[in-house]
Amino acid sequence: MTDDWWARLVDFSDYGQLLPLVTNSLVAGSLLALVGGLVGVFVVQRDLAFAVHGVSELSFAGASAALLFSLDVSLGAVAGSLVAALLIGLLGARARERNSIVGVLMPFGLGLGVLALALYPGRAANKFGLLTGQIVAVDDARLTAMVAIAAVVVGGLLVVWRPLTFASVDPDVAAARGVPTRALSLVFMLLLGLAVAMAVQIVGALLVLSLLITPAAAAVRVTASPVWVPVLAVLFAQVSAVGGILLALGASVPISPYVTTISFAIYLACRFVGGRRARRGWVRRPARQAAAGGTIAG
Amino acid sequence: MSTPVLELTGAGLAFGSRTVWSGLDLVVEAGEFVTVLGPNGSGKTSLLRVVLGQLPLSVGRIAVLGHPPRRGSRAVGYVPQQRHVETPVRARDLVRLGIDGDRWGPGRHARRAQVDELLAAVGASEYADVPVGMLSGGEQQRVRIAQALASGPAILLCDEPLLSLDLRRQHEVTELIDATRRATGAAVLFVTHEVNPVLPYTDRVLYLGPAGHAAGAPDDVLTSERLTALYGAPIDVVRVQGRVLVVGDDGHIHHSREDE
Repeated sequence: MTDDWWARLVDFSDYGQLLPLVTNSLVAGSLLALVGGLVGVFVVQRDLAFAVHGVSELSFAGASAALLFSLDVSLGAVAGSLVAALLIGLLGARARERNSIVGVLMPFGLGLGVLALALYPGRAANKFGLLTGQIVAVDDARLTAMVAIAAVVVGGLLVVWRPLTFASVDPDVAAARGVPTRALSLVFMLLLGLAVAMAVQIVGALLVLSLLITPAAAAVRVTASPVWVPVLAVLFAQVSAVGGILLALGASVPISPYVTTISFAIYLACRFVGGRRARRGWVRRPARQAAAGGTIAG
Repeated sequence: MSTPVLELTGAGLAFGSRTVWSGLDLVVEAGEFVTVLGPNGSGKTSLLRVVLGQLPLSVGRIAVLGHPPRRGSRAVGYVPQQRHVETPVRARDLVRLGIDGDRWGPGRHARRAQVDELLAAVGASEYADVPVGMLSGGEQQRVRIAQALASGPAILLCDEPLLSLDLRRQHEVTELIDATRRATGAAVLFVTHEVNPVLPYTDRVLYLGPAGHAAGAPDDVLTSERLTALYGAPIDVVRVQGRVLVVGDDGHIHHSREDE
């Protein structure tokens, strides 16, 4: 009984034959990890975790509708996320407004998606893939689309990196220094929407957060360096996504539990390490200053 | 004489039908310390926003170094009130953003030496690598001043930088701002509720009241007579042990801390 259960989770027989079948998935997973790690840095800085979840539900709705009407699923996912990202970006400039708008949009999107899937006559695996992730569904056309999206998101982020960082961590002073904070906020929401649309197709709408937030949230636990936060976030995301796909390969369950478990384990480890560091005052300081130290963030 | 750092001529600001202030004439020269006082809603912060180019005047003229204010001008440094910074960025990163955070791209050039210099100038070197959220309020404000100095400003706009600091830190931060303007020659426009920590350094006071404004030497402006006129209500200015207390007819004490 237990053996049978374990064999469904981890099975490395026929691994050699299976591996070539998922080359596309591995490349897609790795691209998603790159995008997710970088976008995650700003999601954490801007406190957008809930918005990411909301965007992913609308992306799911878009993808489901595309599936129902026999349109391109990637395109549906992108359309759904961009609409959600734009609405949240335009209507929710302040954190409190934003959260209620996300709370309003999310169930609506999820409902639309469920409706589309209920009406869809095709295979059930396709349906659940959009919610919980699918591993072998990445064909060449979809991979090309993903490469294009990843290029836009990474390129866009590089262009706005400094002013977006300024606007995210220090909005008042950034505005005083002439940084177009509102426009940047919209630009970032759109890049975020694209990243979510990518993620929905690999890890599924419910688990997008595991690649768009957890890696960056883990990274900021152990470092505050503007170089190391994105580097570690991408590294953690890579380990989670590629590692998850490799583990899931021989198993008969979806890929998501592997990805989410790895990324959660990394987060726990970082919290532990970061907690020790914070208790020790982060860096060595003379005793006089340490005693005057203020509140400890986390 | 050189061009004034800041010049307001017949300046007025109104939101819809509500006039915030009007007929404001002010010339600030390099190295001058001007303290802006007034009750809540008297337009102190709006004045700073006008200088920052974020808000247009309703009437009158304003010139910063002889030119109309421009958003993001490097001639203007901004020190905000102390607020909790959630994101774990280090002190040096905040200063670095002050140097080139408004430029596009990921940033290639290492600015470490310049950042170190700025942090050393405000005495914040030893916590350069500590996340800002882990610093005390006074330490955060030092870092803020280094950040504001990063663009080599001709005028420092300080928007309630003493708020939520204890009395000793208030004095430390004010002292540092004073030392900074002496070292760099930058003028200071200091908006505050707490008049006493800044009084020793203040060259001139601009008092924005509900019924008008007054500018001049602290001893000339901070009198019962002048403030009564500015509030349009009886106000007593009391001097106790070298401290100034402004007391309204409701018995409420302005510009002082009772919870030392």
